[in-house]
Amino acid sequence: MSQEKKQNNIAFVIGASSVGTLIEWYDFYIFGMLATIISKQFFPADAGTAALLSTLAIFAAGFIVRPFGALVFGRLGDLIGRKHTFLLTLIIMGGSTFAIGLVPGYATIGWAAPILVLILRLLQGLALGGEYGGAATYVAEHAPTGQRGFWTSWIQTTATLGLFLALGIIILIRTNQGVENFSAEWGGWRYPFWISILLVGVSVLIRMRMSESPMFTKLKSEGKTSVNPLKESFGHKGNFKMVLLALFGAVMGQGVVWYTGQFYAQSFIETVCKVEFVQSRNIMLIAILMATPCFVLFGWLSDKVGRKWIMLIGMLAAVLTYRPIYKEFINITNAANRTKIVDARLTNIKTSFPIFDSKDKTKMYIKQEADTTYYDGSVFKYFRTDTIILKAVRDESRPITLVNPDMIQYQSPKPNLVIEKTLGHAAYWDMIWLVFIQIVYVTMVYGPIAAFLVEMFPTKIRYTSMSLPYHIGNGVFGGLVPFLGTLIVEFTKDSAHPMGDSLAGLWYPIGVASVCFVIGLIYLSNKIDKNVMD
Amino acid sequence: MNTVKKMLGYLWMVIAPIIILFLLYEAYEKISKASAAVQSNVILQWVIILLIFTPICVGFFIFGKYASNGEYDHLPESSAELD
Repeated sequence: MSQEKKQNNIAFVIGASSVGTLIEWYDFYIFGMLATIISKQFFPADAGTAALLSTLAIFAAGFIVRPFGALVFGRLGDLIGRKHTFLLTLIIMGGSTFAIGLVPGYATIGWAAPILVLILRLLQGLALGGEYGGAATYVAEHAPTGQRGFWTSWIQTTATLGLFLALGIIILIRTNQGVENFSAEWGGWRYPFWISILLVGVSVLIRMRMSESPMFTKLKSEGKTSVNPLKESFGHKGNFKMVLLALFGAVMGQGVVWYTGQFYAQSFIETVCKVEFVQSRNIMLIAILMATPCFVLFGWLSDKVGRKWIMLIGMLAAVLTYRPIYKEFINITNAANRTKIVDARLTNIKTSFPIFDSKDKTKMYIKQEADTTYYDGSVFKYFRTDTIILKAVRDESRPITLVNPDMIQYQSPKPNLVIEKTLGHAAYWDMIWLVFIQIVYVTMVYGPIAAFLVEMFPTKIRYTSMSLPYHIGNGVFGGLVPFLGTLIVEFTKDSAHPMGDSLAGLWYPIGVASVCFVIGLIYLSNKIDKNVMD
Repeated sequence: MNTVKKMLGYLWMVIAPIIILFLLYEAYEKISKASAAVQSNVILQWVIILLIFTPICVGFFIFGKYASNGEYDHLPESSAELD
């Protein structure tokens, strides 16, 4: 085959693999992006932080089953081939994502709602567990020798671009619909789930045109495929020890760096720094766009200088700089570091008429909104809700604004206070650069890793062997970053420190990445396996 | 360097059960301190954490054992070496 034809062929291979993988990542991530809304829709209204943690747990459940998906579909892929396994994972992912968008809220069907969502989330996790190993294996087995890092790095962009697509679609719908309509039980937040079935349909059509991996085809024609890839991968010490090394020396650290730099950063900016919803996601979008080419850069570089050192330097940089970066997030968004414009024309205070609870007519809410503008262009909005409980149901014939003080049984001593910060231009870009730095670390640890994993294992058990450590490292260690990070911060709260230590959650990714760095440094080789056709 | 690999192998074998014991202790403490309203949620969270990290720690222990036995002194450079 001529050089040009080879390039065109591999370009189609990359495109076909990447589109489907990107959509699967999109399907997976819209759930995480909408965690706050999902917690309100599928859990009891008064569950508060417990509901958010439960949602994150459901989110984490999808990650935790990924290794099982890796085993099931990895085995299939090594037995029947990469192409058909690909199609199956895509259909399962698309179907379960679409179905999540159809589940009624807790208000309608009670506890059946979160249970259904959990089952569908588990199906998503299983499908994703089968997808990535296949895509990376498929591309690597087409890539020319000496360019494996470069070509597989294109697949590595799909996870981040899937995140980008998820963010972009959510922002688009939310901006069009407005907050109220977007967050309603059958509101716009469901649309990203429904859109997925269209994207999956297109991807299925593309994938049906793909041919089987040439290496697998060759292996099959020679009768050398594995009879029992699971047993060969994990029952054989020679291979199993490499699975463990891949996990503890590379993927474990890569996984926590990946999820901290993208998911935890986004959650932190929104829930700790209180940056406004759309702006917080725009910060992520811009930083992702700027940093994505670095996947290909570091993949290409790894073909020249080896995979190990690029990944380890990314891990070390993350370990050393996470706390300063996140501390800076807090400084940038802190009202105390700003000069307020004290001008009544710019300080907007609105008080609403009392609003009665839809179910309990003795409970009413008084909402106030105050905007504060700062010289750097930032606007901080404060939403205060006082809860008042009456001794009896109010007389409906009286105007709603008139409440006899004798009627009040209880008024909440501490109002519910929600802060929403829209940053000025300079602060906005400072945040973007800090996220950008973290995503560069992501590209360093993730860009070379597909080629690294492919080179560790023989063709006949490659799909199984590389999938499991990958999905444990990313699905388990990485996927649990938001959940464990939030939990660790909760543990630091007490009566003396009601807000806790907002940086405490970083100890989990820092600890895991540190151990992985040491193991990778001591045990991994920097040699590139030129021949993966064995 | 191979000596360092082996010595660290013993360290990983020690750390693995310590992590499990630490998680069990934290689970006990957090569950017993949780209020009745959220206790079931806290129990669920810790069951998930323990179910996930226990097999991983077992894997980490095995990794340490292989390292202490010199299994990583030379990494295979072809599939034939794996056999």
